[in-house]
Amino acid sequence: MRKVLEPLRQEAIQRWQALQNSDKPVILVGAATCGRASGALDVMAAIEDKLREQGRDAIVRQVGCIGKCHSEVLVDIIKPGRPRITYGHITPELAKQLVEDYLVNDNPRTDLAVCAASGEETDIPCADELPDSKHQIRVVMCNCGHIDPGSIDDYLAQDGYMGLAKALEMTPQEIIEVLKQSGLRGRGGAGFPAGRKWESCLKAKSDQKYVICNADEGDPGAFMDRSVLEGDPYSVIEGMAIAGYAIGASKGYVYVRAEYPLAIRQLRLAIQQAKEKNLLGKNILGSGFDFELEIFQGAGAFVCGESTALVLSIEGRRGMPKPLPRPRTTEEGLWGKPTLLNNVKTFACVAQIIHRGAEWFKSIGTEKCPGTAVFALTGKVNKSGLIEVPMGIQLKKIIYEIGGGVAGGREFKAVQTGGPSGGCLPADLLDLPVDFDSLTAAGSMMGSGGMVVMDDSTCMVDVARYFLEFTLEESCGQCTPCRVGTEQMLKILHDICEGKGREEDIDLLVEMGKAIIDGSICGLGQSAPNPVLSTIRYFRDEYEAHIREKRCPALVCKKLIYYRIDPDKCQACGRCLKACPVQAITGAKKTPHVIDLSKCTKCGVCFEICPDRFSAVERKTGQAEELN
Amino acid sequence: MVTLYVDDLAVSVEKGSTILDAARKLGIYIPTLCYHPDLTTFGGCRVCMVEANGKLVTACRAPVEEGMVVRTDSSAARQVQRTVVELTLSNHNGDCLTCVKDSRCKLQEVANYVGITPERMAMLRSAVPEVEVDESNPFFKLDRTRCILCGICVRTCQEINGVAAIDFGFRGHKTTVVTIGNKGLAESRCESCGECLERCPTGALARKDYEQPSREVKSVCPYCGVGCGIYLGVRGDRVVSVRGDKDSPVNSGQLCVKGRFGYHFINHPDRLTAPLIKRDGVFVEASWDEALDLVAARFLETAKHYGPDALAGISSARCTTEENYLFQKLLRFLGTNNIDHCARL
Repeated sequence: MRKVLEPLRQEAIQRWQALQNSDKPVILVGAATCGRASGALDVMAAIEDKLREQGRDAIVRQVGCIGKCHSEVLVDIIKPGRPRITYGHITPELAKQLVEDYLVNDNPRTDLAVCAASGEETDIPCADELPDSKHQIRVVMCNCGHIDPGSIDDYLAQDGYMGLAKALEMTPQEIIEVLKQSGLRGRGGAGFPAGRKWESCLKAKSDQKYVICNADEGDPGAFMDRSVLEGDPYSVIEGMAIAGYAIGASKGYVYVRAEYPLAIRQLRLAIQQAKEKNLLGKNILGSGFDFELEIFQGAGAFVCGESTALVLSIEGRRGMPKPLPRPRTTEEGLWGKPTLLNNVKTFACVAQIIHRGAEWFKSIGTEKCPGTAVFALTGKVNKSGLIEVPMGIQLKKIIYEIGGGVAGGREFKAVQTGGPSGGCLPADLLDLPVDFDSLTAAGSMMGSGGMVVMDDSTCMVDVARYFLEFTLEESCGQCTPCRVGTEQMLKILHDICEGKGREEDIDLLVEMGKAIIDGSICGLGQSAPNPVLSTIRYFRDEYEAHIREKRCPALVCKKLIYYRIDPDKCQACGRCLKACPVQAITGAKKTPHVIDLSKCTKCGVCFEICPDRFSAVERKTGQAEELN
Repeated sequence: MVTLYVDDLAVSVEKGSTILDAARKLGIYIPTLCYHPDLTTFGGCRVCMVEANGKLVTACRAPVEEGMVVRTDSSAARQVQRTVVELTLSNHNGDCLTCVKDSRCKLQEVANYVGITPERMAMLRSAVPEVEVDESNPFFKLDRTRCILCGICVRTCQEINGVAAIDFGFRGHKTTVVTIGNKGLAESRCESCGECLERCPTGALARKDYEQPSREVKSVCPYCGVGCGIYLGVRGDRVVSVRGDKDSPVNSGQLCVKGRFGYHFINHPDRLTAPLIKRDGVFVEASWDEALDLVAARFLETAKHYGPDALAGISSARCTTEENYLFQKLLRFLGTNNIDHCARL
């Protein structure tokens, strides 16, 4: 089949090289959802306007997310004979200026540049040597931000479809052997060996089988799957086609959230193009293998990311996970037929594993968890964004080197991995290697790849409450421990945050959390108490301060803090007095101001407005009466 | 047959049985809330969790295995059972005295079994939903503050009656039993058969005018010719309730809306208790002999003057087959074949 692919490939490579060696400048705009939210489309329009105005010719292309969300909007410019320079924080005005300065006047504007492709531009750091690039290895996201997601030729020129072409020359069992040897584990969170799952689906006897890609990414703060679909949808489609051939399925579904309109659009376009090139549809590459792909839009229920709920959702029924014992989805899934369900990133790895071989994949990451992990790094970190690192990398390398450390020079307190079902890990676990097993052992989880960094201004009880609120709303409501248990735990956490916690509450939370884990039907309930249990495990003193001393050490819980004006520092400037929305502050010229705590709503306006040079307004926690 | 051990006792049950079946065969109690023998298993309440070969499973769903060792009283199982019951109670309207299911409530039974203490309950926060009772149905009400979301009503409506008027709606702690479009039961596809409230383990679905009968009388439903077996609940000389007779081969305990709720005519003041004869344009009470003599005389007189085909008889679906047989016999004796039956309509 590789012979059939070759002419398509050669044509694509020629086009790609023509683009790389073009005598016109090439301008790439990062226009995935993250870029667009920062104004990428306006930047692009500004660039095109300016080019027209200047009578300059350039090739302007949209690409996906390269991961540097901290510097959006990102614009790359490749001038003929010059290295590719990446510019960050570009606004429409800056874009126009950049076109004029660099394209017209040949000033590369090193002040706006983030990095350059090679070290030739001495004033611009080399892309590979940036601290945030150094530890990253791109497998899943290797094409994101480089290719135009709307052009299958771009993908073909990056060895795209070599995996499928090779797979079609192999037997299904051979493909599964390669997958098993590669040690690939499902990237959806649980880390189940992909090869074993595929094998069980291959062995299931049926006239019809299905392949489903789970793109129902619902964790707050997670956007890995979205970025892959927006930046390189072909890798997922190719992986699914290989899966279809390997297990004997002729039909596949991509279950993607309706909240991802751009991903859906790119995917639809990619499916269309793949069909036109006979890389999907009937008799793919003349192999006799048929594979159709359909997009199914999820309606926004987090629980539909669970495999059995997802299957029910496609069938048009209420998405509720099926309780055990039940047949495996690989044996009895969609419409009762054997169904292979994998995450976006899992499928994105497959084509490369087949193309490059199991040994190549195993050379990345750890022995038990080969390959890379993709994380959406967010929170109180200097460089938030999408990162891809080898499995087994230490947490501190991610946070301090790739993420550039804690924002605002504050102190690191905890990192939350695994989304709302994960746990919070403290500073003394920063040496922990990041892989499925180590994170689980530490009371957190890999999850689908959210990573939220928290600094010392974060209250851990409040954080636990935030994540529990999410799972409470997103529980399917079927089983008692999850439905009522999360509500009960949340009510207790509310009380603790309001200073109404009771001495026995911590033990009650632990006991209840364990029973919810033991008693719940699906992974959502079985992991919902994790944020609470892990914060109690590592930050018990904060819970105790809330309960025993009615103090919130991080000064977050509104009911436990109060504001006070230091009479020695107050310059009686009247700013806070005027700004207070409830007239709780009294005073006059030359009379230090005083906050009437009975009127104060703790909105914090006085704290914010007091000039830094005075810093007279203090936020405090504990018993206000003692201090006043 | 499969042999297993439940709390150290050996028991043999058929292959495909559940742990719950095996335990019940031994007379070992396992608490259940969402399980109902008439319905498919749901496995949502999680109160029947036991330890089987060291793993926590729901007894109502887990199939037995040869040599399986089941502990219904292991500390891990008890912990989950108790937490589930405590959580359910924290979410449940605890005003038992005004509940029609008081003393017949499955939740009370299970709570008594797992051992609920006031100290433990005082540790929990109340999470009883504030929702209005759906009183739209004329016969029964749906009080969601007493609903434990076992789904028995949902499955009954789908599996027993094939109506599917209700299902789970909304998500998480807002999950509730709803009709299509979340309208009142009276506006839904509900046929008011009342099968759901017969199976509701708590007082969430309950009769509106419920009176506990002082005794029950076995009878046959008078509404149609099917002949469903019923028990009439009686207080003094009043019929206060009807329930289906589970042992009746005709209906296995099921009833329709008429049979279950349409018994008020029995004690209704407008009900005819004696034959009436119209005299001078006014109906006047008469004896049976008097009335039957009059009817017989008129029949014969009409037949004599106009021929027997001037007579016709319409029988009722409320008659039994035997009564209908006798009725056609009577009319043929009178010489006519003009016989009809309301069930034909």
